[in-house]
Amino acid sequence: MLDTPQGTGDPLIIAGRVFASRLFVGTAGYPNQQVMLDAIAASGTEMATASIRRISLDGYQESLVDLLADRVRFLPNTAGCQTARDAVLTAELAREALETDWIKLEVIGDRELLYPNVEELLLATAELVAKGFIVLPYCNDDPVTCLKLAERGAATVMPLGAPIGSGLGICNPHLIELICSRSPVPVVLDAGIGTASDAALAMELGCAAVLANTAISKAHDPVRMAAAMRHAVEAGRLAFTSGRIPKRRYAQPSSPQLGLVGS
Amino acid sequence: MDGSEIRVNGKNEALASATVSELLADKGLEAEGRGVAVAVNGRIVPRVQWPQTRLVAGDAVEIVRAMKGG
Repeated sequence: MLDTPQGTGDPLIIAGRVFASRLFVGTAGYPNQQVMLDAIAASGTEMATASIRRISLDGYQESLVDLLADRVRFLPNTAGCQTARDAVLTAELAREALETDWIKLEVIGDRELLYPNVEELLLATAELVAKGFIVLPYCNDDPVTCLKLAERGAATVMPLGAPIGSGLGICNPHLIELICSRSPVPVVLDAGIGTASDAALAMELGCAAVLANTAISKAHDPVRMAAAMRHAVEAGRLAFTSGRIPKRRYAQPSSPQLGLVGS
Repeated sequence: MDGSEIRVNGKNEALASATVSELLADKGLEAEGRGVAVAVNGRIVPRVQWPQTRLVAGDAVEIVRAMKGG
């Protein structure tokens, strides 16, 4: 079911996998599990992120897999890793735990900004691609880095719009548009989304998809916000593929100029 | 870690389980299947190899699971 575009006529394809929805969502930070499940349903997403952490040896923890495995595909992440080595091990654990070759690769270089460590990110991308992973790297909004990642075999590039969880939106739309216009692989706007218009803008700039977590899970009403994001991504994509009008400095009347009354 | 211990998720403990499967059972995790993965000394141990993968003193074991994340 998930492999079938739901009548969109404009499916997203990443590494040969077809997505009808261009919205990916996170699973962290919801008030409770039911709200998360309802928000995921409202978002229309087909892929949700997960993290890999040491199991608690002290007691029962509800399994994310049991909750979601029948609803979405998982995109495990390497969040928190600071070296290529740790990220590769985490990806391998994720592959075993979730039975997927897909990995959202995060290698962090600054704990406060959660900015990527580009050097380690490039190393980890090459190593994971060689090991057969489908690598979706979270990266800077830097066209050169994005090209290098694609050259190393990344399936997408996922530039940040603003720092993770900041909700600042897309701080440098010009760079995101440049990256989109030059990237040989799909561009997924990964971080910084604050509200629906940010997601729509990402799509209007040419992004192939948007990944949102905090903007949905920490909204006052996550389920409504998930629906808003769904519509925003669809609207932004429609606008992008429709071709916007050029911007002008002065007014251009839209009504006929002949036959004005009283002239 | 002394000569009779292993390290499980960053904590030293006496080696009391002969295999990875036994360790999981001793931790009450024998029912865990989907979403769980194990590495010993930085190498993944695929689930099918848990029963025959023996643990020896000095081993560092990581037991992880998929959790919520962004």
